[in-house]
Amino acid sequence: MTTILETRNLEMKFGAVYAARDVNISIASGEVLGVIGSNGAGKTTFVNMVTGYLTPTSGEIIYRGKNIIGKATRDITQLGICRSFQIPQLFPELSVIENMLIALTISKQDKPVLFKRAIDSALVDEARALLARFDIGQYADQEIQTLPQGVRKLVDIAMATVAEPDLLFLDEPTSGVSADEKMDFMRTLIAALKTTETAVLFIEHDMEIVEAFSPRCVAFYEGTILADGPTAEVLENEKVREFVIGSEMHRTARPETQEVEATPC
Amino acid sequence: MTKHLDRTELGLLIALPFLILVAFILPKWIVNYVHVSMGTGLVALGVMIQMRAGLVSFGQGLYFCVGGYAAGLMAKFLGVTDFFVLLASGIVAALILSSLLGFLLRRYREIFYAMLTLAVSMILFGLLSSTEELGSTDGFNLPTPSYLGWHPEGETSRLTLYTLTCCVAIGCAIVLNRFLKGPTGYVNEAIRENELRVEYLGTSARQAVHITYVLAATVSAIGGVLWALPLGHVDPEMTNWTTSGQFVFVSILSGTGNIVAPMIGTFILEIVRVYAVEISPNTWQMILGTMMLLTIIFLPKGLWSLFGGKKKSGKSAGADAPTAGE
Repeated sequence: MTTILETRNLEMKFGAVYAARDVNISIASGEVLGVIGSNGAGKTTFVNMVTGYLTPTSGEIIYRGKNIIGKATRDITQLGICRSFQIPQLFPELSVIENMLIALTISKQDKPVLFKRAIDSALVDEARALLARFDIGQYADQEIQTLPQGVRKLVDIAMATVAEPDLLFLDEPTSGVSADEKMDFMRTLIAALKTTETAVLFIEHDMEIVEAFSPRCVAFYEGTILADGPTAEVLENEKVREFVIGSEMHRTARPETQEVEATPC
Repeated sequence: MTKHLDRTELGLLIALPFLILVAFILPKWIVNYVHVSMGTGLVALGVMIQMRAGLVSFGQGLYFCVGGYAAGLMAKFLGVTDFFVLLASGIVAALILSSLLGFLLRRYREIFYAMLTLAVSMILFGLLSSTEELGSTDGFNLPTPSYLGWHPEGETSRLTLYTLTCCVAIGCAIVLNRFLKGPTGYVNEAIRENELRVEYLGTSARQAVHITYVLAATVSAIGGVLWALPLGHVDPEMTNWTTSGQFVFVSILSGTGNIVAPMIGTFILEIVRVYAVEISPNTWQMILGTMMLLTIIFLPKGLWSLFGGKKKSGKSAGADAPTAGE
Protein backbone atom coordinates (compact mmCIF):
# COMPACT_ATOMS: atom_id res chain seq x y z
CA MET A 1 0.00 0.00 0.00
CA THR A 2 1.25 3.46 -0.83
CA THR A 3 1.55 6.24 1.70
CA ILE A 4 -1.03 8.95 1.01
CA LEU A 5 -0.50 11.18 4.02
CA GLU A 6 2.62 11.98 5.96
CA THR A 7 3.06 14.59 8.65
CA ARG A 8 6.57 15.78 9.47
CA ASN A 9 7.44 17.40 12.80
CA LEU A 10 3.99 18.91 13.07
CA GLU A 11 3.68 21.47 15.82
CA MET A 12 0.78 23.54 17.09
CA LYS A 13 1.17 26.12 19.82
CA PHE A 14 -1.54 28.17 21.50
CA GLY A 15 0.46 30.84 23.25
CA ALA A 16 2.92 28.96 25.43
CA VAL A 17 0.93 25.73 25.32
CA TYR A 18 1.87 22.98 22.90
CA ALA A 19 -1.23 21.27 21.54
CA ALA A 20 0.93 19.19 19.20
CA ARG A 21 4.69 18.64 19.06
CA ASP A 22 6.81 16.53 16.71
CA VAL A 23 3.82 14.70 15.34
CA ASN A 24 5.04 12.31 12.65
CA ILE A 25 2.38 10.02 11.25
CA SER A 26 2.04 8.31 7.90
CA ILE A 27 -1.13 6.73 6.60
CA ALA A 28 -1.32 4.31 3.71
CA SER A 29 -4.21 4.00 1.29
CA GLY A 30 -6.96 1.67 2.49
CA GLU A 31 -5.49 1.49 6.00
CA VAL A 32 -7.63 1.58 9.15
CA LEU A 33 -5.88 3.40 11.93
CA GLY A 34 -7.07 3.92 15.51
CA VAL A 35 -5.98 6.93 17.53
CA ILE A 36 -6.12 6.89 21.31
CA GLY A 37 -5.26 9.38 24.00
CA SER A 38 -6.83 11.08 26.96
CA ASN A 39 -8.73 14.37 26.67
CA GLY A 40 -6.42 17.18 25.58
CA ALA A 41 -3.81 14.78 24.20
CA GLY A 42 -3.91 16.44 20.76
CA LYS A 43 -5.96 13.95 18.77
CA THR A 44 -8.60 16.36 17.48
CA THR A 45 -5.95 19.07 17.07
CA PHE A 46 -4.14 16.68 14.73
CA VAL A 47 -7.32 16.15 12.69
CA ASN A 48 -8.03 19.89 12.69
CA MET A 49 -4.55 20.60 11.35
CA VAL A 50 -4.68 18.02 8.57
CA THR A 51 -8.16 19.13 7.47
CA GLY A 52 -7.17 22.79 7.37
CA TYR A 53 -9.22 24.04 10.30
CA LEU A 54 -6.03 24.92 12.17
CA THR A 55 -2.76 26.04 10.63
CA PRO A 56 0.20 24.35 12.32
CA THR A 57 2.86 26.54 13.87
CA SER A 58 5.49 24.52 12.04
CA GLY A 59 5.99 21.23 10.25
CA GLU A 60 4.69 19.73 7.03
CA ILE A 61 1.58 17.85 5.99
CA ILE A 62 2.37 15.96 2.82
CA TYR A 63 -0.67 14.58 1.02
CA ARG A 64 0.05 12.62 -2.13
CA GLY A 65 3.46 14.28 -2.40
CA LYS A 66 2.31 17.88 -1.86
CA ASN A 67 2.43 20.05 1.24
CA ILE A 68 -1.17 21.06 1.99
CA ILE A 69 -0.50 23.46 4.86
CA GLY A 70 -2.27 26.78 4.29
CA LYS A 71 -5.02 25.31 2.15
CA ALA A 72 -8.62 26.05 3.10
CA THR A 73 -10.82 23.34 4.56
CA ARG A 74 -12.92 23.14 1.40
CA ASP A 75 -9.84 22.77 -0.80
CA ILE A 76 -8.57 19.92 1.36
CA THR A 77 -11.97 18.25 1.12
CA GLN A 78 -11.78 18.58 -2.65
CA LEU A 79 -8.34 16.94 -2.57
CA GLY A 80 -9.91 13.88 -0.96
CA ILE A 81 -9.55 14.32 2.80
CA CYS A 82 -12.86 14.35 4.66
CA ARG A 83 -13.92 14.13 8.26
CA SER A 84 -16.77 13.53 10.65
CA PHE A 85 -17.13 15.29 13.99
CA GLN A 86 -17.27 14.39 17.65
CA ILE A 87 -20.51 16.39 17.83
CA PRO A 88 -22.29 15.68 14.52
CA GLN A 89 -22.25 18.74 12.30
CA LEU A 90 -25.48 18.45 10.38
CA PHE A 91 -28.30 20.61 9.10
CA PRO A 92 -30.69 20.01 12.00
CA GLU A 93 -33.91 21.44 10.58
CA LEU A 94 -33.63 19.44 7.40
CA SER A 95 -34.42 15.77 6.91
CA VAL A 96 -31.79 13.05 6.64
CA ILE A 97 -32.29 12.74 2.90
CA GLU A 98 -32.05 16.52 2.47
CA ASN A 99 -28.76 16.50 4.39
CA MET A 100 -27.44 13.82 2.08
CA LEU A 101 -28.71 15.62 -1.02
CA ILE A 102 -26.94 18.82 0.00
CA ALA A 103 -23.73 16.88 0.58
CA LEU A 104 -24.06 15.16 -2.79
CA THR A 105 -24.93 18.41 -4.56
CA ILE A 106 -21.85 20.12 -3.17
CA SER A 107 -19.58 17.18 -3.90
CA LYS A 108 -20.64 17.19 -7.55
CA GLN A 109 -19.93 20.86 -8.29
CA ASP A 110 -16.42 22.06 -9.04
CA LYS A 111 -17.51 25.69 -9.36
CA PRO A 112 -20.70 27.55 -8.42
CA VAL A 113 -23.66 26.50 -10.53
CA LEU A 114 -26.59 28.89 -10.38
CA PHE A 115 -29.58 27.86 -12.40
CA LYS A 116 -29.22 24.16 -13.17
CA ARG A 117 -31.66 22.10 -11.15
CA ALA A 118 -29.68 20.51 -8.35
CA ILE A 119 -31.80 17.52 -7.50
CA ASP A 120 -33.15 14.85 -9.78
CA SER A 121 -34.37 11.31 -9.24
CA ALA A 122 -30.89 9.85 -9.89
CA LEU A 123 -29.41 11.96 -7.09
CA VAL A 124 -32.21 10.96 -4.72
CA ASP A 125 -31.56 7.30 -5.55
CA GLU A 126 -27.86 7.82 -4.89
CA ALA A 127 -28.62 9.44 -1.53
CA ARG A 128 -30.94 6.59 -0.55
CA ALA A 129 -28.33 4.01 -1.56
CA LEU A 130 -25.77 5.74 0.65
CA LEU A 131 -28.17 5.75 3.58
CA ALA A 132 -28.89 2.07 3.00
CA ARG A 133 -25.16 1.33 3.05
CA PHE A 134 -24.98 2.82 6.53
CA ASP A 135 -28.20 1.05 7.53
CA ILE A 136 -30.10 4.28 8.18
CA GLY A 137 -32.39 4.25 5.16
CA GLN A 138 -35.45 4.06 7.40
CA TYR A 139 -34.75 7.53 8.79
CA ALA A 140 -34.50 9.22 5.39
CA ASP A 141 -37.54 11.45 5.75
CA GLN A 142 -37.07 12.43 9.37
CA GLU A 143 -35.70 15.73 10.54
CA ILE A 144 -32.20 15.48 12.01
CA GLN A 145 -33.20 17.23 15.23
CA THR A 146 -35.71 14.45 15.98
CA LEU A 147 -33.15 11.64 15.69
CA PRO A 148 -31.12 9.91 18.39
CA GLN A 149 -27.41 10.59 18.65
CA GLY A 150 -26.35 7.28 17.11
CA VAL A 151 -28.25 7.92 13.90
CA ARG A 152 -26.93 11.48 13.76
CA LYS A 153 -23.41 10.10 14.05
CA LEU A 154 -24.00 7.77 11.13
CA VAL A 155 -25.54 10.55 9.02
CA ASP A 156 -22.54 12.73 9.85
CA ILE A 157 -20.17 9.99 8.71
CA ALA A 158 -22.25 9.14 5.65
CA MET A 159 -22.11 12.79 4.62
CA ALA A 160 -18.35 12.78 4.97
CA THR A 161 -18.13 9.87 2.54
CA VAL A 162 -20.19 11.32 -0.32
CA ALA A 163 -17.12 12.90 -1.89
CA GLU A 164 -15.55 9.42 -2.00
CA PRO A 165 -12.52 10.52 0.01
CA ASP A 166 -9.15 8.81 -0.09
CA LEU A 167 -8.68 9.58 3.57
CA LEU A 168 -11.43 9.83 6.16
CA PHE A 169 -11.05 11.07 9.72
CA LEU A 170 -13.68 9.97 12.21
CA ASP A 171 -13.58 11.95 15.44
CA GLU A 172 -14.90 9.69 18.19
CA PRO A 173 -17.50 7.94 16.06
CA THR A 174 -18.96 6.02 18.99
CA SER A 175 -19.20 8.87 21.50
CA GLY A 176 -22.80 9.30 22.50
CA VAL A 177 -23.65 5.77 21.41
CA SER A 178 -24.65 3.51 24.29
CA ALA A 179 -22.04 0.98 25.45
CA ASP A 180 -23.92 -2.14 24.33
CA GLU A 181 -24.53 -0.69 20.86
CA LYS A 182 -20.98 0.48 20.16
CA MET A 183 -19.75 -2.77 18.63
CA ASP A 184 -22.73 -3.09 16.28
CA PHE A 185 -22.38 0.57 15.41
CA MET A 186 -18.73 0.15 14.46
CA ARG A 187 -19.45 -3.05 12.53
CA THR A 188 -22.03 -1.20 10.45
CA LEU A 189 -19.64 1.67 9.96
CA ILE A 190 -16.58 -0.34 8.99
CA ALA A 191 -18.64 -2.60 6.73
CA ALA A 192 -19.94 0.48 4.92
CA LEU A 193 -16.46 1.94 4.54
CA LYS A 194 -14.89 -1.35 3.45
CA THR A 195 -16.76 -1.05 0.16
CA THR A 196 -14.37 1.76 -0.76
CA GLU A 197 -10.58 2.09 -0.81
CA THR A 198 -10.78 4.87 1.74
CA ALA A 199 -8.10 5.02 4.44
CA VAL A 200 -9.77 5.57 7.81
CA LEU A 201 -8.31 7.19 10.90
CA PHE A 202 -10.66 7.07 13.85
CA ILE A 203 -10.24 8.60 17.28
CA GLU A 204 -11.58 6.38 20.02
CA HIS A 205 -11.60 6.09 23.80
CA ASP A 206 -12.93 2.54 23.96
CA MET A 207 -9.92 0.20 23.75
CA GLU A 208 -12.09 -2.79 22.83
CA ILE A 209 -13.28 -0.92 19.78
CA VAL A 210 -9.71 0.00 18.83
CA GLU A 211 -8.56 -3.58 19.28
CA ALA A 212 -11.42 -4.97 17.27
CA PHE A 213 -11.37 -2.61 14.31
CA SER A 214 -7.91 -1.10 13.79
CA PRO A 215 -4.86 -3.21 12.97
CA ARG A 216 -2.66 -0.20 13.70
CA CYS A 217 -2.89 2.27 16.55
CA VAL A 218 -1.34 5.61 17.48
CA ALA A 219 -1.30 6.80 21.08
CA PHE A 220 -1.17 10.54 21.83
CA TYR A 221 -0.12 12.12 25.09
CA GLU A 222 0.15 15.84 25.75
CA GLY A 223 0.48 16.68 22.07
CA THR A 224 3.13 14.10 21.25
CA ILE A 225 3.01 10.59 19.89
CA LEU A 226 3.65 8.11 22.64
CA ALA A 227 3.49 4.98 20.49
CA ASP A 228 2.68 4.00 16.93
CA GLY A 229 2.39 0.43 15.70
CA PRO A 230 0.27 -2.72 15.66
CA THR A 231 -2.66 -2.21 18.01
CA ALA A 232 -1.90 -5.15 20.31
CA GLU A 233 1.66 -3.94 20.85
CA VAL A 234 0.67 -0.32 21.41
CA LEU A 235 -1.97 -1.29 23.95
CA GLU A 236 0.60 -3.43 25.80
CA ASN A 237 3.15 -0.63 25.75
CA GLU A 238 4.14 0.32 29.29
CA LYS A 239 3.96 4.09 28.71
CA VAL A 240 0.63 3.80 26.94
CA ARG A 241 -0.76 1.75 29.79
CA GLU A 242 0.49 4.28 32.30
CA PHE A 243 -0.36 7.53 30.57
CA VAL A 244 -3.25 6.71 28.23
CA ILE A 245 -5.14 3.63 29.25
CA GLY A 246 -4.55 3.94 32.97
CA SER A 247 -5.64 7.54 33.06
CA GLU A 248 -6.17 7.40 36.80
CA MET A 249 -2.43 6.96 37.33
CA HIS A 250 -0.18 9.86 38.26
CA ARG A 251 1.11 12.14 35.51
CA THR A 252 4.01 13.81 37.15
CA ALA A 253 6.71 12.63 34.79
CA ARG A 254 6.59 13.43 31.08
CA PRO A 255 7.27 10.23 29.17
CA GLU A 256 9.73 10.05 26.30
CA THR A 257 8.34 9.05 22.96
CA GLN A 258 8.64 5.32 22.54
CA GLU A 259 8.39 4.10 18.98
CA VAL A 260 6.96 0.69 18.29
CA GLU A 261 7.81 -0.69 14.90
CA ALA A 262 4.91 0.14 12.63
CA THR A 263 3.39 -2.60 10.53
CA PRO A 264 1.48 -1.46 7.48
CA CYS A 265 -1.76 -3.31 7.16
CA MET B 1 -40.55 22.62 -22.68
CA THR B 2 -42.84 21.96 -19.73
CA LYS B 3 -40.71 19.03 -18.58
CA HIS B 4 -37.95 21.54 -17.81
CA LEU B 5 -40.26 23.61 -15.61
CA ASP B 6 -41.37 22.76 -12.11
CA ARG B 7 -44.84 23.39 -10.69
CA THR B 8 -44.02 26.89 -9.45
CA GLU B 9 -42.51 27.93 -12.77
CA LEU B 10 -45.41 26.46 -14.71
CA GLY B 11 -47.85 28.21 -12.37
CA LEU B 12 -46.06 31.53 -12.88
CA LEU B 13 -46.19 31.16 -16.66
CA ILE B 14 -49.88 30.27 -16.55
CA ALA B 15 -50.52 33.23 -14.22
CA LEU B 16 -48.84 35.69 -16.59
CA PRO B 17 -51.72 36.14 -19.10
CA PHE B 18 -54.21 36.39 -16.24
CA LEU B 19 -52.06 39.00 -14.55
CA ILE B 20 -51.96 41.00 -17.78
CA LEU B 21 -55.73 40.55 -18.17
CA VAL B 22 -56.20 42.16 -14.75
CA ALA B 23 -55.35 45.52 -16.32
CA PHE B 24 -58.37 45.26 -18.59
CA ILE B 25 -60.86 43.95 -16.01
CA LEU B 26 -60.20 45.36 -12.56
CA PRO B 27 -60.57 48.98 -11.46
CA LYS B 28 -57.65 51.22 -12.29
CA TRP B 29 -56.69 51.85 -8.65
CA ILE B 30 -56.28 48.11 -8.00
CA VAL B 31 -54.27 47.72 -11.19
CA ASN B 32 -52.00 50.53 -10.02
CA TYR B 33 -51.41 48.69 -6.76
CA VAL B 34 -50.70 45.45 -8.61
CA HIS B 35 -48.28 47.37 -10.84
CA VAL B 36 -46.20 48.93 -8.06
CA SER B 37 -46.47 45.74 -6.00
CA MET B 38 -44.58 43.90 -8.69
CA GLY B 39 -41.68 46.34 -8.33
CA THR B 40 -41.56 46.21 -4.54
CA GLY B 41 -42.37 42.47 -4.65
CA LEU B 42 -39.11 41.89 -6.52
CA VAL B 43 -37.20 43.66 -3.75
CA ALA B 44 -38.97 41.47 -1.19
CA LEU B 45 -37.84 38.49 -3.29
CA GLY B 46 -34.30 39.79 -2.97
CA VAL B 47 -34.69 39.90 0.80
CA MET B 48 -36.25 36.45 0.76
CA ILE B 49 -33.41 34.70 -1.09
CA GLN B 50 -30.97 36.13 1.44
CA MET B 51 -33.19 34.92 4.27
CA ARG B 52 -32.86 31.41 2.87
CA ALA B 53 -29.19 31.68 3.80
CA GLY B 54 -30.13 32.99 7.24
CA LEU B 55 -29.19 36.56 6.33
CA VAL B 56 -31.57 39.45 6.93
CA SER B 57 -30.87 42.54 4.88
CA PHE B 58 -32.13 45.68 6.57
CA GLY B 59 -30.83 47.74 3.68
CA GLN B 60 -32.31 46.21 0.57
CA GLY B 61 -33.77 49.62 -0.22
CA LEU B 62 -30.24 50.50 -1.33
CA TYR B 63 -30.59 48.55 -4.57
CA PHE B 64 -34.24 49.49 -4.98
CA CYS B 65 -32.98 53.06 -4.98
CA VAL B 66 -29.90 52.35 -7.12
CA GLY B 67 -32.13 50.81 -9.80
CA GLY B 68 -34.58 53.70 -9.76
CA TYR B 69 -31.90 56.38 -9.69
CA ALA B 70 -29.77 54.70 -12.38
CA ALA B 71 -32.78 54.77 -14.70
CA GLY B 72 -33.61 58.30 -13.60
CA LEU B 73 -30.08 59.58 -14.17
CA MET B 74 -29.98 58.05 -17.65
CA ALA B 75 -33.18 59.90 -18.46
CA LYS B 76 -32.27 63.16 -16.73
CA PHE B 77 -28.70 63.60 -17.94
CA LEU B 78 -28.50 61.54 -21.15
CA GLY B 79 -32.09 61.92 -22.31
CA VAL B 80 -32.58 58.15 -22.60
CA THR B 81 -36.21 57.09 -22.36
CA ASP B 82 -36.08 53.56 -23.77
CA PHE B 83 -37.54 51.08 -21.26
CA PHE B 84 -34.99 48.39 -22.00
CA VAL B 85 -31.98 50.71 -21.73
CA LEU B 86 -33.31 52.15 -18.46
CA LEU B 87 -33.82 48.64 -17.12
CA ALA B 88 -30.33 47.61 -18.22
CA SER B 89 -28.79 50.67 -16.56
CA GLY B 90 -30.41 49.72 -13.26
CA ILE B 91 -29.12 46.17 -13.58
CA VAL B 92 -25.56 47.24 -14.45
CA ALA B 93 -25.40 49.77 -11.60
CA ALA B 94 -26.58 47.17 -9.08
CA LEU B 95 -24.23 44.51 -10.44
CA ILE B 96 -21.20 46.76 -10.09
CA LEU B 97 -22.06 48.08 -6.64
CA SER B 98 -23.13 44.75 -5.18
CA SER B 99 -20.15 42.88 -6.62
CA LEU B 100 -17.84 45.30 -4.80
CA LEU B 101 -19.81 45.52 -1.55
CA GLY B 102 -20.23 41.76 -1.57
CA PHE B 103 -16.55 41.31 -0.79
CA LEU B 104 -17.17 43.08 2.52
CA LEU B 105 -20.61 41.73 3.39
CA ARG B 106 -19.88 38.07 2.64
CA ARG B 107 -17.67 37.99 5.73
CA TYR B 108 -20.49 38.86 8.13
CA ARG B 109 -23.51 37.01 9.48
CA GLU B 110 -26.57 37.59 11.62
CA ILE B 111 -26.94 41.05 13.20
CA PHE B 112 -23.63 42.26 11.76
CA TYR B 113 -24.84 41.55 8.23
CA ALA B 114 -28.17 43.24 8.96
CA MET B 115 -26.51 46.33 10.41
CA LEU B 116 -23.92 46.63 7.64
CA THR B 117 -26.56 46.43 4.91
CA LEU B 118 -28.53 49.07 6.79
CA ALA B 119 -25.47 51.28 7.20
CA VAL B 120 -24.61 51.19 3.50
CA SER B 121 -28.17 52.01 2.49
CA MET B 122 -28.25 54.95 4.90
CA ILE B 123 -25.01 56.30 3.45
CA LEU B 124 -26.71 56.49 0.08
CA PHE B 125 -29.75 58.06 1.71
CA GLY B 126 -27.53 60.75 3.23
CA LEU B 127 -25.72 61.36 -0.06
CA LEU B 128 -28.89 61.67 -2.13
CA SER B 129 -30.65 63.80 0.46
CA SER B 130 -27.84 66.32 0.39
CA THR B 131 -27.29 66.40 -3.37
CA GLU B 132 -29.18 69.37 -4.75
CA GLU B 133 -28.48 68.42 -8.38
CA LEU B 134 -30.59 65.32 -7.80
CA GLY B 135 -33.40 67.13 -6.08
CA SER B 136 -32.23 66.46 -2.51
CA THR B 137 -35.03 64.91 -0.43
CA ASP B 138 -37.61 65.72 -3.14
CA GLY B 139 -35.90 63.57 -5.75
CA PHE B 140 -36.72 64.14 -9.41
CA ASN B 141 -39.15 63.03 -12.10
CA LEU B 142 -38.74 60.42 -14.80
CA PRO B 143 -40.20 60.72 -18.31
CA THR B 144 -42.73 58.32 -19.80
CA PRO B 145 -40.70 55.45 -21.25
CA SER B 146 -40.46 54.59 -24.92
CA TYR B 147 -40.04 51.09 -26.36
CA LEU B 148 -37.39 50.56 -29.05
CA GLY B 149 -38.31 53.82 -30.72
CA TRP B 150 -42.06 53.52 -30.13
CA HIS B 151 -43.52 56.32 -28.01
CA PRO B 152 -47.02 55.32 -26.86
CA GLU B 153 -49.08 57.79 -24.89
CA GLY B 154 -51.96 57.79 -22.44
CA GLU B 155 -53.69 54.48 -21.76
CA THR B 156 -51.58 52.60 -24.33
CA SER B 157 -48.42 53.69 -22.58
CA ARG B 158 -49.78 52.63 -19.19
CA LEU B 159 -50.90 49.22 -20.47
CA THR B 160 -47.63 48.62 -22.32
CA LEU B 161 -45.61 49.42 -19.23
CA TYR B 162 -47.88 47.25 -17.10
CA THR B 163 -47.58 44.32 -19.52
CA LEU B 164 -43.81 44.57 -19.67
CA THR B 165 -43.62 44.88 -15.89
CA CYS B 166 -45.64 41.66 -15.57
CA CYS B 167 -43.33 39.86 -18.00
CA VAL B 168 -40.14 41.05 -16.31
CA ALA B 169 -41.45 40.33 -12.79
CA ILE B 170 -42.59 36.82 -13.71
CA GLY B 171 -39.31 36.24 -15.55
CA CYS B 172 -37.33 37.30 -12.47
CA ALA B 173 -39.46 35.08 -10.22
CA ILE B 174 -38.78 32.08 -12.49
CA VAL B 175 -35.05 32.78 -12.53
CA LEU B 176 -34.96 33.10 -8.74
CA ASN B 177 -37.01 29.94 -8.32
CA ARG B 178 -34.48 28.15 -10.50
CA PHE B 179 -31.67 29.64 -8.42
CA LEU B 180 -33.20 28.45 -5.14
CA LYS B 181 -33.58 24.96 -6.57
CA GLY B 182 -30.09 24.98 -8.03
CA PRO B 183 -26.89 23.93 -6.25
CA THR B 184 -26.12 27.38 -4.84
CA GLY B 185 -29.70 27.70 -3.58
CA TYR B 186 -29.29 24.46 -1.66
CA VAL B 187 -25.93 25.59 -0.34
CA ASN B 188 -27.70 28.68 1.02
CA GLU B 189 -30.06 26.53 3.05
CA ALA B 190 -27.08 24.62 4.35
CA ILE B 191 -25.29 27.86 5.29
CA ARG B 192 -28.29 28.92 7.35
CA GLU B 193 -28.14 25.64 9.24
CA ASN B 194 -24.43 24.97 9.65
CA GLU B 195 -21.73 26.93 7.83
CA LEU B 196 -18.86 24.88 9.24
CA ARG B 197 -20.24 21.74 7.66
CA VAL B 198 -20.70 23.50 4.33
CA GLU B 199 -16.99 24.30 4.25
CA TYR B 200 -16.12 20.74 5.24
CA LEU B 201 -18.28 19.43 2.40
CA GLY B 202 -15.99 21.24 -0.01
CA THR B 203 -17.55 24.53 -1.02
CA SER B 204 -17.13 28.17 -0.07
CA ALA B 205 -19.93 29.60 2.05
CA ARG B 206 -18.65 33.13 1.49
CA GLN B 207 -18.75 32.70 -2.25
CA ALA B 208 -22.34 31.44 -2.08
CA VAL B 209 -23.31 34.42 0.10
CA HIS B 210 -21.63 36.79 -2.34
CA ILE B 211 -23.47 35.31 -5.32
CA THR B 212 -26.77 35.48 -3.46
CA TYR B 213 -26.12 39.09 -2.44
CA VAL B 214 -25.39 40.12 -6.04
CA LEU B 215 -28.45 38.30 -7.35
CA ALA B 216 -30.67 39.85 -4.67
CA ALA B 217 -29.25 43.28 -5.50
CA THR B 218 -29.89 42.84 -9.21
CA VAL B 219 -33.47 41.74 -8.73
CA SER B 220 -34.04 44.61 -6.29
CA ALA B 221 -32.66 47.11 -8.80
CA ILE B 222 -35.00 45.72 -11.46
CA GLY B 223 -37.78 46.21 -8.91
CA GLY B 224 -36.60 49.80 -8.43
CA VAL B 225 -36.81 50.54 -12.16
CA LEU B 226 -40.20 48.86 -12.50
CA TRP B 227 -41.50 50.81 -9.50
CA ALA B 228 -40.09 54.17 -10.56
CA LEU B 229 -41.28 54.14 -14.17
CA PRO B 230 -45.06 53.96 -13.54
CA LEU B 231 -44.79 56.53 -10.73
CA GLY B 232 -42.47 58.71 -12.81
CA HIS B 233 -40.51 59.75 -9.77
CA VAL B 234 -37.56 58.75 -7.59
CA ASP B 235 -36.50 60.14 -4.22
CA PRO B 236 -34.10 59.17 -1.40
CA GLU B 237 -36.94 57.59 0.59
CA MET B 238 -36.40 54.55 -1.62
CA THR B 239 -33.25 53.77 0.37
CA ASN B 240 -34.43 54.95 3.76
CA TRP B 241 -34.50 52.35 6.54
CA THR B 242 -38.29 52.53 6.75
CA THR B 243 -38.55 51.37 3.13
CA SER B 244 -36.04 48.56 3.71
CA GLY B 245 -37.99 47.60 6.83
CA GLN B 246 -41.12 47.16 4.73
CA PHE B 247 -39.34 44.64 2.52
CA VAL B 248 -38.29 42.66 5.58
CA PHE B 249 -41.85 43.00 6.89
CA VAL B 250 -43.22 41.51 3.65
CA SER B 251 -40.72 38.65 3.66
CA ILE B 252 -41.62 37.69 7.24
CA LEU B 253 -45.32 38.15 6.57
CA SER B 254 -45.28 35.98 3.47
CA GLY B 255 -42.58 33.48 4.45
CA THR B 256 -39.69 32.04 2.52
CA GLY B 257 -41.44 28.83 1.51
CA ASN B 258 -42.03 29.75 -2.11
CA ILE B 259 -40.93 32.35 -4.59
CA VAL B 260 -44.53 33.41 -5.17
CA ALA B 261 -45.06 34.22 -1.49
CA PRO B 262 -43.31 37.64 -1.34
CA MET B 263 -45.04 38.75 -4.56
CA ILE B 264 -48.47 37.99 -3.10
CA GLY B 265 -47.39 39.25 0.34
CA THR B 266 -46.42 42.63 -1.12
CA PHE B 267 -49.81 43.03 -2.75
CA ILE B 268 -51.63 42.00 0.44
CA LEU B 269 -49.58 44.50 2.44
CA GLU B 270 -50.41 47.29 -0.01
CA ILE B 271 -54.13 46.53 0.20
CA VAL B 272 -54.09 46.17 3.99
CA ARG B 273 -52.28 49.47 4.25
CA VAL B 274 -54.84 51.21 2.03
CA TYR B 275 -57.73 49.98 4.17
CA ALA B 276 -55.82 50.55 7.43
CA VAL B 277 -55.24 54.20 6.47
CA GLU B 278 -58.90 54.56 5.48
CA ILE B 279 -60.20 52.97 8.69
CA SER B 280 -57.77 54.61 11.08
CA PRO B 281 -55.79 57.46 9.47
CA ASN B 282 -53.78 58.29 12.59
CA THR B 283 -53.06 54.82 13.92
CA TRP B 284 -52.88 52.69 10.77
CA GLN B 285 -49.41 51.48 11.74
CA MET B 286 -50.98 49.74 14.73
CA ILE B 287 -53.09 47.64 12.39
CA LEU B 288 -50.02 46.60 10.43
CA GLY B 289 -48.16 45.89 13.68
CA THR B 290 -51.01 43.73 14.95
CA MET B 291 -51.06 41.86 11.68
CA MET B 292 -47.33 41.21 11.96
CA LEU B 293 -47.68 40.06 15.55
CA LEU B 294 -50.47 37.62 14.71
CA THR B 295 -48.49 36.27 11.76
CA ILE B 296 -45.42 35.63 13.90
CA ILE B 297 -47.46 33.96 16.65
CA PHE B 298 -49.77 31.80 14.56
CA LEU B 299 -47.84 31.43 11.29
CA PRO B 300 -44.16 31.62 12.18
CA LYS B 301 -43.24 30.47 8.69
CA GLY B 302 -45.42 33.14 7.08
CA LEU B 303 -48.66 33.17 5.16
CA TRP B 304 -47.29 30.70 2.64
CA SER B 305 -47.28 27.97 5.28
CA LEU B 306 -51.09 27.98 4.91
CA PHE B 307 -50.58 26.50 1.44
CA GLY B 308 -47.37 24.58 1.94
CA GLY B 309 -48.67 21.74 4.13
CA LYS B 310 -46.94 20.37 7.20
CA LYS B 311 -43.62 18.59 6.98
CA LYS B 312 -43.38 15.13 8.47
CA SER B 313 -41.68 15.37 11.80
CA GLY B 314 -41.36 11.66 12.46
CA LYS B 315 -40.62 12.14 16.12
CA SER B 316 -41.64 8.65 17.07
CA ALA B 317 -39.68 6.76 14.47
CA GLY B 318 -36.32 6.65 16.21
CA ALA B 319 -37.31 3.99 18.73
CA ASP B 320 -35.10 1.19 17.42
CA ALA B 321 -32.17 3.43 16.51
CA PRO B 322 -28.83 3.54 18.31
CA THR B 323 -29.40 5.71 21.34
CA ALA B 324 -27.37 8.21 23.27
CA GLY B 325 -25.20 6.63 25.83
CA GLU B 326 -25.43 9.35 28.42
